[in-house]
Amino acid sequence: MAQIVGGICTSHIPAIGNAIARGLEDDPYWRPFFGGYPRAREWLEEMKPDVAVMIYNDHGLNFFLDKMPTFAIGAAAEYRNADEGWGLPTVAPFPGDPKLSWHVIESVMADEFDVTTCQEMLVDHAFTVPLQLLWPGRNRRAVRTVPVALNTVQHPLPSPARCFKLGHALGRAIESYPEDVRVVVIATGGMSHQLDGERAGFINKEFDLHCLEKVVDQPEDLARFTIHDLVRLAGTQGVELISWLVMRGALAEPVTKVHSHYHIPVSNTAAGLMVLGVAA
Amino acid sequence: MVPRARLVSVGSRGNIPGTYIFDGALALKGYPLNKMCYSFNEAANRKAFLDDEEAYCARFGLSEEQRDAIRRRDVLALLEAGGNVYYLAKFTGIFGLGVQDIGAQQTGVSVDEFRAKLKAAAE
Repeated sequence: MAQIVGGICTSHIPAIGNAIARGLEDDPYWRPFFGGYPRAREWLEEMKPDVAVMIYNDHGLNFFLDKMPTFAIGAAAEYRNADEGWGLPTVAPFPGDPKLSWHVIESVMADEFDVTTCQEMLVDHAFTVPLQLLWPGRNRRAVRTVPVALNTVQHPLPSPARCFKLGHALGRAIESYPEDVRVVVIATGGMSHQLDGERAGFINKEFDLHCLEKVVDQPEDLARFTIHDLVRLAGTQGVELISWLVMRGALAEPVTKVHSHYHIPVSNTAAGLMVLGVAA
Repeated sequence: MVPRARLVSVGSRGNIPGTYIFDGALALKGYPLNKMCYSFNEAANRKAFLDDEEAYCARFGLSEEQRDAIRRRDVLALLEAGGNVYYLAKFTGIFGLGVQDIGAQQTGVSVDEFRAKLKAAAE
């Protein structure tokens, strides 16, 4: 049977992709950020996942406002990155796992999550940057992927409580897959940031540290926030924290904190990382 | 700076100062603008815009308010006209403006001052 080996939450800022492309990991601006990742990579080396289920949000590469799914699951053999319009270099395609994707789709639909299914799906920086961070260089080809995209563009967005429940359904889906695959659930996005309006540049360290603490042992507390609470406390784009709740919902209790890291700022964003293990 | 008080009268954008909730009302209003900006994912479309800006805007049926905001590269006015920042970033990217540049523009400070403010959030 498939096994969830743990979960990771990480920020996915495009500037990170540019820094990787330009080899700036040891630059004084970037070192405090990249310094958080070796421990996460070591943990992945130990856990040896076969598949990464990626919980992320598309920023206008694959989805436009003409059709905006609340929850969309990829079911392709391969996922391609493409030009997002503002100069981030594109990266090589990522292998999918269509059989696992369809199992997950069947299972979450049976759990009353009526998802959109995608046999073609471009993946943007929110998908590629975390994979580049966690499997640097060509190693990322070693892991197959299942993309799960959340709408964080056009309100109404799925509530934190709904996302937490989607995580529960996703956990049941993965753990009922009959093949012996090891799965890591990776949530990307956050932490606090706001790109638009007169409040642009808003960062809330106190709230981010609260989330980093609660996501380990008391995720229900985070699931009680409304979307507008998250906008107020974490900024317009800080709502991406809903992906963390999907990941956390997928993990069986009890979880253990393996590693965390927090750094302000990366571009306009407070960057967070959390690695959670589960009982073997 | 344009007065922002009228924002509260437009739909359910909440009451978070300086913050736009991109809901159905804004998505409806901003559709042509966002559709044009979404097209800038492709390099050929970015070039077509630069070659003939007015013709490119006309192709997407932008309102006069949207065309004026595009002409002025004014991000707050583009938000007001229904633009969503994820698509607008593809527009400002044509001119090499990143999120810190547009952050500075929207908050009326220099880019250095904006960066200093971000850094100060770590304290």
